[in-house]
Amino acid sequence: MRILIQVVLATVLALAAISGAKAQDADLRDLINGLAVGGYSETEEQIAALAATGDPAVVPVLEALAEGDVYARKSDRMVFIAEKVGSTYTLTDPLTGETVDEVASGAIDKIKVNNRLRRAIRTALGALTLMSPDAGTRRAAAEAIFQSGDPDAIELIDAAIEQEQNPSIAKLMREARAAAVLNSDLSDEEKVAAIEVIKTRSGRDSLSLLIPLTEVEGPVGAAATAAVSAIEGELAMWDAAQNVWYGLSLGSVLLLAAIGLAITFGVMGVINMAHGEMVMIGAYTTFVVQEIIRSNAPWLFDSSLFIAIPLAFLVAGAVGVAIERGVIRFLYGRPLETLLATWGISLILQQAVRTIFGPTNQQVGTPSWMSGSFEIGLLQITYNRLAIIVFALIVFFLLMAFLKRTPFGLQMRAVTQNRQMASAMGIRTPWVDAMTFGLGSGIAGMAGVALSQIDNVSPNLGQSYIIDSFMVVVFGGVGNLWGTLVGAFTLGIANKFLEPYAGAVLGKILVLVFIILFIQKRPRGLFALRGRAIEA
Amino acid sequence: MIGSFIRNGFDRSAFFVILVLVAAAFVVPALALYTTPASPFHIPGYAIPLMGKYLTYGLLALSVGLIWGYCGILSLGHGAFFALGGYAMGMYLMRQIGTRGVYGDPVLPDFMVFLNWDELPVAWYGFQSFPYAMLMVVLAPGILAFVFGWFAFRSRVTGVYLSIITQAMTFALMLGFFRNNLGFGGNNGLTDFKDILGFNIQAPETRAALFAASALALALAYLICKSIISSRFGKVIVAIRDAESRTRFLGYRVENYKLVVWVLSACMAGIAGALYVPQVGIINPGEFEPANSIEVVIWVAVGGRGLLVGPIVGAIVVNFAKSWFTTGALAPYWLFALGGLFVGVTLFLPKGIMGTLGGGWTALKQRRASAAAEAGVSVTDTDGPDGGRLKTEPAE
Repeated sequence: MRILIQVVLATVLALAAISGAKAQDADLRDLINGLAVGGYSETEEQIAALAATGDPAVVPVLEALAEGDVYARKSDRMVFIAEKVGSTYTLTDPLTGETVDEVASGAIDKIKVNNRLRRAIRTALGALTLMSPDAGTRRAAAEAIFQSGDPDAIELIDAAIEQEQNPSIAKLMREARAAAVLNSDLSDEEKVAAIEVIKTRSGRDSLSLLIPLTEVEGPVGAAATAAVSAIEGELAMWDAAQNVWYGLSLGSVLLLAAIGLAITFGVMGVINMAHGEMVMIGAYTTFVVQEIIRSNAPWLFDSSLFIAIPLAFLVAGAVGVAIERGVIRFLYGRPLETLLATWGISLILQQAVRTIFGPTNQQVGTPSWMSGSFEIGLLQITYNRLAIIVFALIVFFLLMAFLKRTPFGLQMRAVTQNRQMASAMGIRTPWVDAMTFGLGSGIAGMAGVALSQIDNVSPNLGQSYIIDSFMVVVFGGVGNLWGTLVGAFTLGIANKFLEPYAGAVLGKILVLVFIILFIQKRPRGLFALRGRAIEA
Repeated sequence: MIGSFIRNGFDRSAFFVILVLVAAAFVVPALALYTTPASPFHIPGYAIPLMGKYLTYGLLALSVGLIWGYCGILSLGHGAFFALGGYAMGMYLMRQIGTRGVYGDPVLPDFMVFLNWDELPVAWYGFQSFPYAMLMVVLAPGILAFVFGWFAFRSRVTGVYLSIITQAMTFALMLGFFRNNLGFGGNNGLTDFKDILGFNIQAPETRAALFAASALALALAYLICKSIISSRFGKVIVAIRDAESRTRFLGYRVENYKLVVWVLSACMAGIAGALYVPQVGIINPGEFEPANSIEVVIWVAVGGRGLLVGPIVGAIVVNFAKSWFTTGALAPYWLFALGGLFVGVTLFLPKGIMGTLGGGWTALKQRRASAAAEAGVSVTDTDGPDGGRLKTEPAE
């Protein structure tokens, strides 16, 4: 029995709640329809009543009313927001935003507004937005006033600042007030104070606000000029920071592409023109892994890159070992022939990939944790670029540790420095050669996984990196991994700093010319190996 | 003196090569123009520019063969000199269009009108004159090669490093020529030519004349190269290839010798480009692509780089194969074939077609001459100072 009563009660309460909500909407609709009743003073009362509801749903209709876009339909005196399309008017419901009707201009009456009404609307809007309980609405409202710089909003925003509890929104409101003050006819002292407030908000919008004022005579102009130069200085600093960031990003890409080459070219002295294709193979491995995951295990998609990295290393490494055993080992000591043979291999690999996967770009997805960005000051940092920088550095230092700390690394260095002596000491030099080449190729494959996130995965992927990678290795100094690191980041940052002045293409040309001249000066690169072996 | 210089190089093989080229210069156009299509000797009109194109490629390959085969400089950027010569010729041809362009401007080429330019850029001055344009065909690549070589050889950039910076050079030029505001037609390059020296560029007679000019230019270049390598100067060049440091210690200024051959080779490449452009009717920045320059190197390698005739044969054979491959159903497999050629030639035919044939021929002759005990022929290492594990059958 008690249960029955409870159920009945609950049902009644629920029904009441629903009808209550409906009633509220109906009330709002009535209030809005009331705008069309009577003259200006009645409309003003109605606006105040709308504001008193505190419901953000009435904001659009009030804004439209201030613009003079609100009409009453003659047939039933319902009020709508109307937009003139051709010769007819499209009526929109002010609460739901749905298009209701399309009528000729004779079927509707415009609700006229005068300046007094406009002020009333603004006050009402301010109360609804600047003092809205929702922080996001308040923030957006303050931002909107900053952008418009409407001097009539000053009183309103003063009231809002008094009530504001959230310090960051309060700061935004003060800036909005300052922007409004600059457009008003208040005293010079007020304006100078306002300029000081705006100065603290560095950014292009405050700059565009202040620049017209520098023309003004007197203290306001002087204050504006000082503020503009201060903001410009700060902006220049952020620009430089942005360039450094872009440069680091490009540098990490170059580092990834060049680091495998630093092993095959730098350590072994083998000119591997097929290096770019190893990068491409890594990228295609990522594509295949993602395809398999998509069709068989979609929940693994976010970790697809972690699966692809070791696989790309193995696939590209295996191709590398095959190339070394099949072709390059016959050509040691003949660098120019090696160059030609590996170029031929690169053509074959490209065409093979084109035959298997088709010539078009393949879609490689980005895991959710790599998309998006965050901001430091005015600097926008995307997660995928950050991930690539981190990845490049991890690969670099792992490789460094591998070469310095493992027995294989020791053997590899021994063979590099003195092949005959290493062989005499019992190191299987052919095996070390093959493994070294596989290592370099495998790292290129891992680079391909990273590059698949920022570049098009097509058979030509490798071609675009091969010249850049060679430049990095040659610039940094052959046979020196630190040189590759420094070279990659130097070239990346230099490229991005030249771009704003010279344009992307000319900047790249300048960097190339610089490297050509640099090689003339230091033919062995930035960090040259010393000793007799290199002069062989 | 020049007479003896030329006579030095004019041995039997040179006589044969030059005879073939000069004969081709007269016979092929005659067969194309004065026989009816029914005749078994008739050469169809479309084949003339195609064969002329092969000959210009042969000249380009010869220029690479000269520096690579005889001086040990592997240039991966010779396409740049070729393209510069081509652009100089293209600029002359553009100025000849006159008011027949789409926009009908008497001075400005169409693409400049399209870009709303008001006056001719300084770089284009003088190109309405044929002699000036021909001078530029030689000078533009020559000066670039001189400046580049001056710095590179003086600071002793050699081997692979030199190859890579030549590649960077042509890559930088390609990026530059792709820009519209450099004033050479940007992406589209120069095309839509009307006439050359007053003759319609499409006419069969003009095409025949261009073919003959290409054959004669190739014959002349061959003669010059042959004379150079047979002279005392040529011996020093070969010495530099085989032991650069030793030659320097003997008192030769290695960088000067290298510079002379390098600039000469660049000028030859420029002339090849100038003859190429009117026959194919277009020049665009794609010619600067590093891949093109590397392809030239493979022509030389296929033909045989220790001989002057090798590059010419290699260029013609590879390009004939390319035309044959890329027009048929085999088109998708051309890159496999080209790639296989790179690998196969370096591994199995390090002396190229002509080197291997010539080596076999000399070996046969020697065996006949002296059936005596000397089983092996003295090993000459044409691979330069680097030697290598793979010793091949000796040549000459």
